[in-house]
Amino acid sequence: MGRFMQYVTQKLHLIWQRVVPLSVALAVLLPLGGCSQNWGWYVVNPTTPAGQRNLKFLIDGLYYTIALSVTAICISIIVGLLIALPGLSSKRVPRSINRVYVEMVRAVPILVLILWVYYGLPQVAGISISVFWAGVLALAISDSAFQAEIFRAGIQSINRGQYEAATSISLNYRDTMRFVILPQAIKRILPALGNQLVYMLKMSSLVSVIGMQELTRRANELVVTEYRPLEIYTVLVLEYLVVILIVSAGVRWLERRLNAAD
Amino acid sequence: MPAPPFLSLKNVSKYFADFCALDAVSLDVSLGQKLVICGPSGSGKSTLIRCVNQLEQHQHGQIYIDGVDVRDGAAGQAAIRDNVGMVFQQFNLFPHLTILQNLTLGPIRARGLPAAEAADLAMHYLERVRIPEQSAKYPSQLSGGQQQRVAIARALCMKPKLMLFDEPTSALDPEMIAEVLDVITELAEAGMTMICVTHEMGFARQVADMMLFMDHGRIVEMAPPRRFFAAPETARCKLFLSQILRH
Repeated sequence: MGRFMQYVTQKLHLIWQRVVPLSVALAVLLPLGGCSQNWGWYVVNPTTPAGQRNLKFLIDGLYYTIALSVTAICISIIVGLLIALPGLSSKRVPRSINRVYVEMVRAVPILVLILWVYYGLPQVAGISISVFWAGVLALAISDSAFQAEIFRAGIQSINRGQYEAATSISLNYRDTMRFVILPQAIKRILPALGNQLVYMLKMSSLVSVIGMQELTRRANELVVTEYRPLEIYTVLVLEYLVVILIVSAGVRWLERRLNAAD
Repeated sequence: MPAPPFLSLKNVSKYFADFCALDAVSLDVSLGQKLVICGPSGSGKSTLIRCVNQLEQHQHGQIYIDGVDVRDGAAGQAAIRDNVGMVFQQFNLFPHLTILQNLTLGPIRARGLPAAEAADLAMHYLERVRIPEQSAKYPSQLSGGQQQRVAIARALCMKPKLMLFDEPTSALDPEMIAEVLDVITELAEAGMTMICVTHEMGFARQVADMMLFMDHGRIVEMAPPRRFFAAPETARCKLFLSQILRH
């Protein structure tokens, strides 16, 4: 963990050095460049009480954005794996189950799925579902189809000799997957899983439409009361940028560590 | 009264689509016997031994191990599991596990051995293939010859009665072939039953008590090594031997 924190600190340093000056430069240059809009940074000025309050309101959404994305991706990884395995079968029925699920889920836009799960599912299933869990469920279902494809490709990329060797030392299917194939496959698909997490963090902004108090929703609410969309949405962009750059850095660190273990 | 064969193939045929890889092959192997199979590529040598442990499924005929049909459901699978070990041309070690973990995985998961006991067993066989000092390393840190010896030890950890070697030295650099063949020779001398597909004729002469020559999915010639090398009966076998022994 020490090395990870060091790595994150390094990256934060990099963000501080590159991203922050860049955005400040943009903020200064845009109005100078003949932009008709006047900037009004006062809404998020950290030196005034009102600016502080607004900033805190915006940044607090981070908790929901992360909680939503991380919960959803954990579920989607498990569901994705469970959907991927029948897709690798030599029999037709399990393979069709895999295909139907993947094709159907991929055909539905995430936003539509979020709306349907929140407004439709409670009526169909006769349950009440919170905004948070509706969001998690919709994101997880939508992502699980992609996870299934990633897992399938990863597992298929493992040399047939590994299965044969596992069979030759009498491992059954479950143990072969658990101890031989999946550890190698997961290592190979880690970059893809990292990309899915990044994707998920971005897609979680859509859950704002059902009232989830995450980053985007808060920005929208603040815009309505403050009438400063340019500044507030710029802060929103920076929030996503920082989170996602950190996640990308973490994934790359993990990748390198796993490669070193080879 | 000869002992009943430990392994018995009766009219075994195997097709890959239209290609006939094995054409009604019959073969008996008794415990303690050492068979070496040679022949041109595509002649069915590998397919033959891969059918024995059902890495390939044959379409016709029967294969019996210790009297049990290998396709007889759970009993057949158990007959393979309990009796047959295999060494591959490409080693097929598990790259993400250490040498010791490669060796203990089967005994722990498939045989239910406690971890400590499995580790003792693994170290015993690593000493036998003369690389106990490498046990904590990963396969990629070992030379090809060392990796293949680990693969042999991994198979031995399952205590098989029959060992199948599928061209165990074909993927090795020349200077590493001897160390692997030495280990297999020692194993043969210790009485292990084995079927070995190889083109190492010096090794075959030394180890085999029966030579098989295959071509087009059939066993064309089968004889003790002295007769096999001195006076091959078929023209096809004569030509093959002259080609591989020329240099």
